[in-house]
Amino acid sequence: MVQIEGLGPLVATHPFFADMDGSALETIVGCCANEVFRTGSYLYRQGEAADKFYLIRDGLVTLEAYVPGRPPIAIETVEAGEIIGWSWLVKPYKWSNDARASGTVRAVSVDGACLRRKMEADRVLGYEIYKRFLPVMARRLAQNRERIVELATEPAGFD
Amino acid sequence: MDGYPKGNAVGAPVDPMIPRPFRITKVKSEVPGVFSWHLVPVDGGGFAYRPGQFNMLYLFGVGEVAISISGDCRDGEKIVHTIRIAGSVTKAMSSLSVGDVIGVRGPFGRPWPVEPIYGSDLVFVTGTIGLAPLRPLIYEVLHQRDKFGRVIICYGSRGTDDILYEDELHLWRGRFDTNVHVTVHSAPSGYRGRIGSVAAAVRAAHIEGGDTQAFVCRSEVMTKPAVDALHERGVSSERIWVTLERNMKCGIGLCGHCQFGPTFMCRDGPVYRFDEIEHLFEIREL
Ligand code: FES
Repeated sequence: MVQIEGLGPLVATHPFFADMDGSALETIVGCCANEVFRTGSYLYRQGEAADKFYLIRDGLVTLEAYVPGRPPIAIETVEAGEIIGWSWLVKPYKWSNDARASGTVRAVSVDGACLRRKMEADRVLGYEIYKRFLPVMARRLAQNRERIVELATEPAGFD
Repeated sequence: MDGYPKGNAVGAPVDPMIPRPFRITKVKSEVPGVFSWHLVPVDGGGFAYRPGQFNMLYLFGVGEVAISISGDCRDGEKIVHTIRIAGSVTKAMSSLSVGDVIGVRGPFGRPWPVEPIYGSDLVFVTGTIGLAPLRPLIYEVLHQRDKFGRVIICYGSRGTDDILYEDELHLWRGRFDTNVHVTVHSAPSGYRGRIGSVAAAVRAAHIEGGDTQAFVCRSEVMTKPAVDALHERGVSSERIWVTLERNMKCGIGLCGHCQFGPTFMCRDGPVYRFDEIEHLFEIREL
């Protein structure tokens, strides 16, 4: 359900867009929609077209890995104040895992195709968006590396 | 920090090299590969210690291992040790039963600070069996709850079936004056809790750096990411306390087995204020 009016403050106050220039925000808001996901529903599914990303306003989203012949494995959670989804930025624009609402989730979705067009047309905006995405990606990469070390060094415990 | 005990100043045994017989009164299986013992002195005497101290547990004829005390230091009846099966001694220990007798030397080591941190917000950062050395401090803080500000516990485990002291984590989470953040590495689909690293849980917790004291018990390699996450939340190294581990032999600063840089962990640790040892974390050979 798309609802542009009143979205500006929601987008402007989300930590991901903190201190964003007013006119850039206005451009971005034109690609946004307010969304609510009920417990267990999917924000997106592995292999589907990655045409959005989400600013999580409230609730917890679980990333799941699909395992053929077995139940999916929950591998990470993303919570209020964070963003989820960067496959819309990287070809072939397909989701690489599932994302499900773990409880009610309120989010602002950003239309990836719409924003990519605007970023192509306005390279300053494009640079600004990349500048905000890269630290998020770098942190998640670092955290996943930490988890590998954590799993290797703290088996069931250490004494 | 004034009033913070140095070395083995607290509860030092009469002859630290002679094991005292203790009887096992309870064996509890905690999570796979981890069990707890309740121990009482055979001689009927008492046993005083401070949160963060450890004992040398001696299985007669097999060997001795250093294990943190994980019970409530106000419990005058028993001491509690939580032990992970990690080698021949702990494996042999896991086959003992109620009524068996072991030797105990201790308590040893520098404890966690308690009185010097009155008035501060507290955050505990730990994972897997690292909760065991922190639990005595958590008990002590809860005994004196009105003396502290906010209390936050960040705990991580591998999965949903190896959460140490899970019942107590639920109890602490149920209190109105304690925030408990549990995170796991992976979970079955449909799990409603947080999934990710302990450091990510620290970053997500609402920690207000200023007057927060943090207590970290992770493996040595994971201590740094935990400290980095605390730094990001504004907690400086002088307010971060860590407990470390080395192979211990004598427990009293004589043999050098537990050397960490210029310090002996059994005597100068295992609890350190992080700024005292921060530089040692940069040296690979240690
Ligand atoms: S164990 Fe002997 S010096 Fe520490």
